[in-house]
Amino acid sequence: MKITRRTFLKVSGATAAGTVMGGLGFDLTPVESYAQELRIKGAKETTTVCCYCSVGCGIIVHTDSAGKVINAEGDPDHPISEGSLCAKGASSYQIAVNPNRLQKVLYRAPYSNAWKEVKWEWALEKIAANIKKSRDASFMEKNAAGQVVNRTNGIASVGSAAMDNEECWLYSKMLRALGLIYVEHQARI
Amino acid sequence: MTNHYNDFKNSDVILNMGGNVAENHPVSFKWIQAAKDKGAIFIHVDPRFTRTSTKADIFVRLRSGTDIAFLGGMIKYLIDSNIYDEFYVKNYTNASFIVNPRYSFDDGLFSGYDPTKRAYDKSTWALEKDEQGIPRRDMTLQDPRCVFQLLKKHYSRYTLQKVSEITGTPTTDLEKVYKAYGSTYTPDKAGTVLYAMGWTQHTVGVQNIRTMAIIQDLLGNMGIAGGGVNALRGESNVQGSTDAALLFHIIPGYMPTPRAPWATLEDYNKTTPSSKDPRSVNWWKNRPKYLVSYLKTMYGGKSTKENDFGYGWMPKLDAGQDASWLNLFDEMFKGTFTGFFAWGMNPACSSAHAGKVRQALTKLDWMVNVNVFDSETGSFWKGPGMDPKKIKTEVFQLPCAAFLEKEGSISNSGRWMQWRYKCANPPGAALPDGDIMFELFKKVRALYEKDKGAFPEPILSLKWDYETSGHFDIHKVAKEINGYDLTTGKLMVNFVGLKDDGTTSCGNWLYSGSYTEAGNMAARRKKTDPTGLGLYPEWSWCWPLNRRIIYNRASVDLDGNPRNPKRPLIKWDAVEKKWIGDVPDNAVPPMGTNGAYPFIMKPDGVASLFGPGLNDGPFPEHYEPLECPIEKNLMSNQRINPVIKVFEGGLDTFATCDPKYPFVCTTYRVTEHWQTGVLTRWLPWLIEAEPQMFCEMSLELAKLREIKNGDWVRVESPRGKVEAVAIVTSRWKPFNIAGQTIHQVGLPWHYGWLHPKDGGESVNLLTPTIGDPNTMIPESKAFMVNVRKVARQPAPTKKIEKKG
Repeated sequence: MKITRRTFLKVSGATAAGTVMGGLGFDLTPVESYAQELRIKGAKETTTVCCYCSVGCGIIVHTDSAGKVINAEGDPDHPISEGSLCAKGASSYQIAVNPNRLQKVLYRAPYSNAWKEVKWEWALEKIAANIKKSRDASFMEKNAAGQVVNRTNGIASVGSAAMDNEECWLYSKMLRALGLIYVEHQARI
Repeated sequence: MTNHYNDFKNSDVILNMGGNVAENHPVSFKWIQAAKDKGAIFIHVDPRFTRTSTKADIFVRLRSGTDIAFLGGMIKYLIDSNIYDEFYVKNYTNASFIVNPRYSFDDGLFSGYDPTKRAYDKSTWALEKDEQGIPRRDMTLQDPRCVFQLLKKHYSRYTLQKVSEITGTPTTDLEKVYKAYGSTYTPDKAGTVLYAMGWTQHTVGVQNIRTMAIIQDLLGNMGIAGGGVNALRGESNVQGSTDAALLFHIIPGYMPTPRAPWATLEDYNKTTPSSKDPRSVNWWKNRPKYLVSYLKTMYGGKSTKENDFGYGWMPKLDAGQDASWLNLFDEMFKGTFTGFFAWGMNPACSSAHAGKVRQALTKLDWMVNVNVFDSETGSFWKGPGMDPKKIKTEVFQLPCAAFLEKEGSISNSGRWMQWRYKCANPPGAALPDGDIMFELFKKVRALYEKDKGAFPEPILSLKWDYETSGHFDIHKVAKEINGYDLTTGKLMVNFVGLKDDGTTSCGNWLYSGSYTEAGNMAARRKKTDPTGLGLYPEWSWCWPLNRRIIYNRASVDLDGNPRNPKRPLIKWDAVEKKWIGDVPDNAVPPMGTNGAYPFIMKPDGVASLFGPGLNDGPFPEHYEPLECPIEKNLMSNQRINPVIKVFEGGLDTFATCDPKYPFVCTTYRVTEHWQTGVLTRWLPWLIEAEPQMFCEMSLELAKLREIKNGDWVRVESPRGKVEAVAIVTSRWKPFNIAGQTIHQVGLPWHYGWLHPKDGGESVNLLTPTIGDPNTMIPESKAFMVNVRKVARQPAPTKKIEKKG
């Protein structure tokens, strides 16, 4: 067998566990190995990069046959993080599996005291109509000095460094096409 | 960052200042440790003893907001002791350049100040040019008007004694740091600086960083392995989102946003940086190619030479208009906007003066909030002090996929663009942000197709063709950003081939080369390391051109030989006539053989010890924060930065040297949470580890205010108040500021009213609306508060006792 660092880690990890348990006077190694095996048995590994600070640590996410996230841990092949994660990165599993996640499109009507669940289609159409109304009402072709400015003064946007590069670029493209100039995000604060 | 995370291991001296790397960028610390294992010195300078300090060889305290004084003292020390890299200073910086004779500095003010406008006329700061338009220089550095002599004169006032009185740092501590860091002035030593928001969130934020950049230039630490000025940025893709220009003043690739006086493409291009010096590469001269290629990605086939490639459709700012964050929320507060997107952000907690932001949200007709969890922004209308019955704002809360539920790339602080794969489906109705915006814009366009409305051309002409088999395809966007040769339909190899005639497209020139005919470069996972310096040129991809260390030609001598033979970054092969090592910055021959200066993004080709472009002066000068504990700036009669915009009226108030607010306050983060806690407060493992708001203070202050560890305290500023659990600790010590005892406290900014219950409120209810005059980044790191004990039992402890 070719010894890669990951297989080496598995072997040395098992040895260390054996030594510790051996010190207790009984050997739990088979139980430990079985438990380890169960957790990610048959799981699919997918690589990603942590969503928190800017170090860019590698993460491996394990999903079961139903596509459910069952584990997330540091990617030992990653040259920056070499398998390490901080407390936040190591909690990535709980981002995926979390009952508090927003899972519905919610709408709060003016002066209402509650959210109402709505459909994507309805929400996007209503937002689009709002955009058009605000844009058309506030669009400025020329400024006070008579210079052409072609901008929408009545809509602003903040966000987001939490999006992927491609999404950031696309968002910037959309906002500028709509004529927005008040475009800001986390980098300013 | 000019360098990158793995490169920390190549340093001989590492300075972490304005940051807390062990706490906030924990995994990167392994590369600091790798340097330490090889004998490097690690220095931490901070108001507070932190997790980072525990690992430091030298830890030194300073009062928040006094970094320029601290570092200005280092400049004086280096020059007085003759410990600077003379070769580097003469050849690679503007030290020898001659400054306009009308330039002056007196009592805290540079020449050209207009007190009514609170602004400078910068014409007297210009560098002198000869008849050919080439900067005049004195290579002996003796001319009294040369930058080096002016620098020496400016910082002659920053004596150890004076600096110590301002910063509260004992003079022996100052000398210890100056000496240790100064030891990197020889070519075989490298010093690096790691900073974060502790430097940027000040009314002198840009100049904090510039002071250090001057030091790095004096010591020859820029463009070398183990050197650089390195921002440890706080978000996983804040580098990429900045590159993509989600900021008012730029469009993708750091090109300026079009402004009203530049009516045509030709007018815009007239502002292209120029240089008459044949030895200056002045890379920005290529900007017109990048702009036209960008416009081709905006409007596709509708972008033609005849219509200025659609330039006229781009929205334009007025001359001098500033639409940055603080002004944005000021306008929102005044009722300027009817609509607002808070897309992947929680400004109700993250913004300075968050109380004002929350009120501003009530003035809107509608808001779209996109996030992974509910937040204080999405639910502002039911927050503390809000009456939903009186709030008209219509709110759409759209659920989005988390990072591991979609595909795409992010760019870390070291400019590494790394591809992420989709690991699982998002829950319920949640969708990736890209899918949401893609569908939303189609809806908007359909409305404009049906009923034209105001100026529909940019909407109807927008290139929006990112579908594959009926689904939004992120790879199509990635390729659009890389760009195409439109004559062949092939992806661009890199930006060198971009043209200004409409035959190429490129969404962001800096990212050209990231997704080529050879494949998706960001997804690469090959760990070759030919230089042995940890550049990993085949792991992911790095902008620009996969160059891992920027300005790397400053690491060689005039013949192209590495100045540090121990850590050669690039080397000129005189036979093959090419550079070996990192991707050179750029491929011109070495300076000694008619080559070009190394700082290719600067019009003059050299690093700027003297920076005539900034709004608050060509040299950094110490000013006190807007709110500070001492009535007089010990350096001059200008107490605060003379060009900052002061917001007054409405909810904007501040109090300086006011006995009602006697203590300096700063904000920070802990490892277990991230930013406003908008994600991490919802994760059981993390909220259990750091469950609630706290206020850290010294034993001395606790005694003064009769506060015990674990007591509840109220921290109050002129803007608001928060309650927190007191952590009484020797990690804080009172400062001796010019003979006066000054106390400082610190609070994390991870909490908010929504969740968890009793977790505490946002510390940004306390911070002021005030920003740096160049960037408008808010001054969240130094302001004044009062701290008082409140009668309230520490809830978690009591609960546990009851259960027991």
